[in-house]
Amino acid sequence: MMNNERKIYLKNIKNKKKFILLTQILLILFILLIWEITSKIGIINNFLLSSPSKIFITIISLLKNNNLLSHIFTTLYEIIISFFIGNIIGLVIATIFWFNKTIYKVFDPFLTIINSLPKVSLGPLIIIINGANVRSIIIMALLISSILSIINIYNSFKNTDKNRIIIVKALGANKIQIFTKVVLPSNYLNIIDSFKINISMCFVGVIMGELLVSKKGIGYLINYGSQIFNMNMVLTGIFILVILTIIFYIIICKIEKAIKYK
Amino acid sequence: MNQILKIDKLYKNYQTRLNEINVLNNINLQVNKGDFIGIIGSSGSGKSTLLSIIANIEKPSCGSIIKDKNTLIGYMLQDDCLMPFLTILDNCLLGLKIKKEYTKENINKVKDMLKKYGLEEYTNSYPKDLSGGQRQRVALIRTLAISPDIILLDEPFSRLDYQTRLIVSNDIYNILKKEKKTLIMVTHDIDEALNICNRIVVLSNRPSKIKNIYNINYDKDDNFINNKTKEKYISYYNKIWKDIINDE
Ligand SMILES: Nc1ncnc2c1ncn2[C@@H]1O[C@H](COP(=O)(O)OP(=O)(O)OP(=O)(O)O)[C@@H](O)[C@H]1O
Ligand SMILES: [Mg+2]
Repeated sequence: MMNNERKIYLKNIKNKKKFILLTQILLILFILLIWEITSKIGIINNFLLSSPSKIFITIISLLKNNNLLSHIFTTLYEIIISFFIGNIIGLVIATIFWFNKTIYKVFDPFLTIINSLPKVSLGPLIIIINGANVRSIIIMALLISSILSIINIYNSFKNTDKNRIIIVKALGANKIQIFTKVVLPSNYLNIIDSFKINISMCFVGVIMGELLVSKKGIGYLINYGSQIFNMNMVLTGIFILVILTIIFYIIICKIEKAIKYK
Repeated sequence: MNQILKIDKLYKNYQTRLNEINVLNNINLQVNKGDFIGIIGSSGSGKSTLLSIIANIEKPSCGSIIKDKNTLIGYMLQDDCLMPFLTILDNCLLGLKIKKEYTKENINKVKDMLKKYGLEEYTNSYPKDLSGGQRQRVALIRTLAISPDIILLDEPFSRLDYQTRLIVSNDIYNILKKEKKTLIMVTHDIDEALNICNRIVVLSNRPSKIKNIYNINYDKDDNFINNKTKEKYISYYNKIWKDIINDE
């Protein structure tokens, strides 16, 4: 049986969490309200900055006339594909690097250079080689996300506690066992952290790609909206991106929690 | 006496970018079955290096460790190095899994040890739920699980507070005696060495040579607290103390 003091303690934690969430929601509603009012009475330019009600109306009309859902799905598809491929590339190459330092040393300077290059400058090149299609967009996203993934995951592998490795060596582990019994499990949370960075890099890459080439997706909507000076459409695109980011963030946090409290 | 391991003309140099450090300089030592050997020396003298060479983690620059190839060595560090992502039981079973000796019989042996050493209720807990002394005992069970013939301890108690340290070192001493193991331990603490060991090796400053070997012979009490006042104990203590502080 739980005693009373503990019950109260747990209840307090729960209440505090609820309070914080509620405050966050109220804050968002408050901002939306201010946005709506100031745009209605003309304090801000409602042509340039739209308003929540106009965004809502735009969403409805885009849903009806313009296949908004298929734009969202296109962007989601590109993000998810590049997220998976990017992480797999990151994990596999970081693992190869960990097993063979010489390979790492050969590729290290190249990685650093590619990583510090502004990837958007490679956009035109990729498009010319691949054509203006989904593949180019995914390659853009991968260029941005996977290099960072490799660097982050390899660094966390490399920084695994030396003593843990010594101990399993003394227990008779070979290099593969050292990796599977210590290095990999010691870094689950670091790998999740790298997923988190990866997902935002994929957003950047995919939207950048869509702005440059595509005929579909949220990036296209934003680009198209700006070309015809339909700021409602531009802001609606941004609004939908925010919602998508929040959803991805929540999913990754849930995964992280599941691992932490296993 | 039956010899279980011999350190033969052992030298160790470390290469660094700037220079070469000579750490161990001609170390010779015979270890017999059932010996409890203590290694004492000032910081940086190469005690940890010596143990890691015996454990086959580091290679000697010259000389060798002579032992039967079936003689199994268990190695424990100052840091317990329990894996935070494994339960206490799985931590203890780590060596068996690595060696693919993960049999029912061995698992039961480990469970028995957990019970015997008062850790049964933590079987399915994670290391973060245990105190420093309990964690050190788990690390010992993990080492014993693979049934090593020789146990190497590198200052395993130095992270513990004085009281826990006394209790845990007393426990571990009794456990190793009961299991009839051979022990080589590094320590800074002369009391600890006198309580646990039957031979104490004093190393000089770097490059380390063996300065003195003491055969410890007094009517040792299984409860360490009772040893401190014995005449012979005090005379050993003073001799070793002088060895350490008179190092030029
Ligand atoms: N991998 C290494 N590379 C270079 N030098 C090293 C390495 N490991 C140890 N040394 C050097 O060897 C010497 C002995 O180190 P060691 O850790 O064996 O000393 P110790 O007697 O265990 O000291 P302490 O009592 O502080 O634990 C030190 O001067 C250290 O700087
Ligand atoms: Mg040391």
